Amino acid sequence: MTAVLENPATEAPEPKAGAVPSFDVTLRIRRYNPESEHGEESVWDEFTVTVHGTDRVLDALHMIKWEQDGSLTFRRSCAHGVCGSDAMRINGRNRLACKTLLKDVNPDKPITVEPIKGLPVVKDLVVDMEPFFASYREIMPFLITSGNEPTRERLQSAEDRARFDDTTKCILCAACTSSCPVFWTDGQYFGPAAIVNAHRFIFDSRDEGATQRLEILNDKEGVWRCRTTFNCTEACPRGIEVTKAIQEVKRAMITRAF
Amino acid sequence: MQTHQYDVVIVGAGGAGMRAALEASKDARTAVISKLYPTRSHTGAAQGGMAAALANVEEDNWEWHTFDTVKGGDYLVDQDAAEILAKEAIDSVLDLEKMGLPFNRTPEGRIDQRRFGGHTREHGQAAVRRACYAADRTGHMILQTLYQNCVKQDVEFYNEFYVLDLITDHDLTTEDIEDGAEVNATGVVAYDLASGEIHVFQAKAIIFATGGAGKIFKTTSNAHTLTGDGMALAYRRGLPLEDMEFFQFHPTGLAGLGILLSEAARGEGGILRNADGERFMERYAPTIKDLAPRDIVARSMANEVREGRGAGPNKDYVLLDLTHLEPAHIDAKLPDITEFARTYLGIEPYTEPVPVFPTAHYAMGGVPTNVAGEVLRDSHNVVKGLYAAGEVACVSVHGSNRLGTNSLLDINVFGKRAGRSAAAYAKTVPAHADLPEDPTGRVVAQLTEMRERPDGERVAEVRKALQETMDANAQVFRTGESLNQALSDIRELQKRYANVSVQDKGKLFNTDLLEAIELGFLLDIAEVTVVAAINRKESRGGHYREDYPERDDANYMLHTMAYRRPTSAPDAGDGHVAGYFDHVESFGDYKVVLGSKPVTQTRYEPMERKY
Repeated sequence: MTAVLENPATEAPEPKAGAVPSFDVTLRIRRYNPESEHGEESVWDEFTVTVHGTDRVLDALHMIKWEQDGSLTFRRSCAHGVCGSDAMRINGRNRLACKTLLKDVNPDKPITVEPIKGLPVVKDLVVDMEPFFASYREIMPFLITSGNEPTRERLQSAEDRARFDDTTKCILCAACTSSCPVFWTDGQYFGPAAIVNAHRFIFDSRDEGATQRLEILNDKEGVWRCRTTFNCTEACPRGIEVTKAIQEVKRAMITRAF
Repeated sequence: MQTHQYDVVIVGAGGAGMRAALEASKDARTAVISKLYPTRSHTGAAQGGMAAALANVEEDNWEWHTFDTVKGGDYLVDQDAAEILAKEAIDSVLDLEKMGLPFNRTPEGRIDQRRFGGHTREHGQAAVRRACYAADRTGHMILQTLYQNCVKQDVEFYNEFYVLDLITDHDLTTEDIEDGAEVNATGVVAYDLASGEIHVFQAKAIIFATGGAGKIFKTTSNAHTLTGDGMALAYRRGLPLEDMEFFQFHPTGLAGLGILLSEAARGEGGILRNADGERFMERYAPTIKDLAPRDIVARSMANEVREGRGAGPNKDYVLLDLTHLEPAHIDAKLPDITEFARTYLGIEPYTEPVPVFPTAHYAMGGVPTNVAGEVLRDSHNVVKGLYAAGEVACVSVHGSNRLGTNSLLDINVFGKRAGRSAAAYAKTVPAHADLPEDPTGRVVAQLTEMRERPDGERVAEVRKALQETMDANAQVFRTGESLNQALSDIRELQKRYANVSVQDKGKLFNTDLLEAIELGFLLDIAEVTVVAAINRKESRGGHYREDYPERDDANYMLHTMAYRRPTSAPDAGDGHVAGYFDHVESFGDYKVVLGSKPVTQTRYEPMERKY
């Protein structure tokens, strides 16, 4: 993947454009496969691969799967941080494997890779996403309007559009929700991602469903469970200010202003 | 084996699949089957915009858009289809806005529009603002909005189900089916990744919306999962593939990585420069320069590198310069792609130009359809109950080169059309057809064989070799020699594929097995791509033959139709393969037969393509 940027070994590499020579990294991966000899028990496996400066954790996982152990199982698709398939816990922090450069996660020591927490593990790094999507679907994540459809587009000022821009960036990767301590201990909690997506509509000037959504989130498993630990904001690979969005939803619930 | 019955089954949950689902599920019991979770599909990676002549910011009309699409496709576009695309674009964009899509807005609150390659006013006079957009995340917003509306409409999804066979009532690979005779598609067979179980979906109508096949190349903007599944399935079941030699190389992939940097970067004022800092596109396309269509820009870039004017230590890329733009403007209009440059190359686009090089991006060809989305089994007969839309399909609105922003448009216009046609047709079918004897036989045999094969070569080695030969021999510049090299490499790899084995022998979430199946599809798609490219001895759009550098309308103003047949089947004169290019490539037990289909021309006479 790095062919173009690699410098030939003879040339003194300029320290830019990711032109870093190859190095070895060890990944310590939590494995779980009910069909294996370990049954329901999860085990740690270590693999060492040779990588380059522009390689990401996903590249290392691929090298392991393709060259060493084909049974290593993880989800991935776009490989550049927009599809949301490969959220995992890397050195104890939720990140997308395809957006995390190996050189940035302290590659001198073994890099630990685990499935995201709080969702049932299916196999290795793959979790059951269904509970996560179920919470998302519950907050009515779609534009709700009444009256006749206009013939042209609905008008919206650039300022009104900007009001909810941050939360439109969500890719439903679950990095935020599965980093939330409340979600870990209480699987019923809607979780940050569902609230982010509620925010995206509550603050959309075209939408008329805010009251219904706030009602749903006023539930005992709704926004009030948030303890403002900011894990979600730190985990978001899209840089969404998740905690701030949750605070705005809480405030809207009290003031009914949105 | 589990069996399900639906009126309409849609394979693929990207933009085309979900747009079709929104339409079909209004009138028919509909299921969407996807090998991914919804919102993981690669529509979400599309960046720059969706074309429609809304004329919100300057004068524009759909006729100009039609012309640009036809000219952009180097006149291999079916002009009736292009007209539909451009005309229905306007309602497609408005539909999305009404569904909630958060487009960027003009000061008046209307949908904002920007410039994009090949989109012009008054038939090429100057670039026009036609691309409707949401920052550089237009595809993401479309995918999210469509999924949101699927949730609203309670569309049923089968997530992480991999469709591995199409059930038809005739075997098109071996039967000699007469002109006008009816052939019906009646179901699909799918593999549930989570459990390893096989499911049969009986359907009155089936829509293929499985996307592209970019992973036949090494350097690509495509997702790992874009392995040409729908195209290869149709092809193996005897359906033709149209215009497979035309593959688009997007000019601005991040050098060495292939990650897409939207053409919107140039639409917003970005400039391509060579090692000398020269704005080289002025030499290749004096009128619209950096906003020439993608085939021309990609070739120009590759030529700069070839002639020694490439940048970087190995002189093997050019530079996308945004440094003259205001950082605030970059942040507002191009936030994601600039972040890609920072994350993956450590480049700060405010102050440094970004290394870029063409990356395999889009298959113009695919499963042939008419404008209703019905799949053709030859140059004019349809398969009843089978539809296709999006990148898997070839309508053909893109001809030999797709214009930027026309694919997000294509999935919406023809996704909607396919959904509507499929639901309407399903209503006319009184009952599901009886299943054939042993409907899952082929799939079970294929999976069992692959799973149980003793230690052989690794899937990844064969795939890597395939991608390397395609990059080396079938990329921006092609010759008969390079293509024949690619073909002989693919033949060798097909043999090696017969001996690959998987290490994961389990039933649960076996992605090792999945990748092995995908590789089989990739090999077939690469093979047909190269055979079609060898046969087309001219240069047109995305297919550039250095040994035949001119467009040759006298001999090649035709769509290629490629069929895979057993070697024992008749080659020609049997009705179902009309109008040959007269080329048959034999590969042991099967052969690739190349036929043709006329190009529909309405109001535009082919002209020399200059920008």
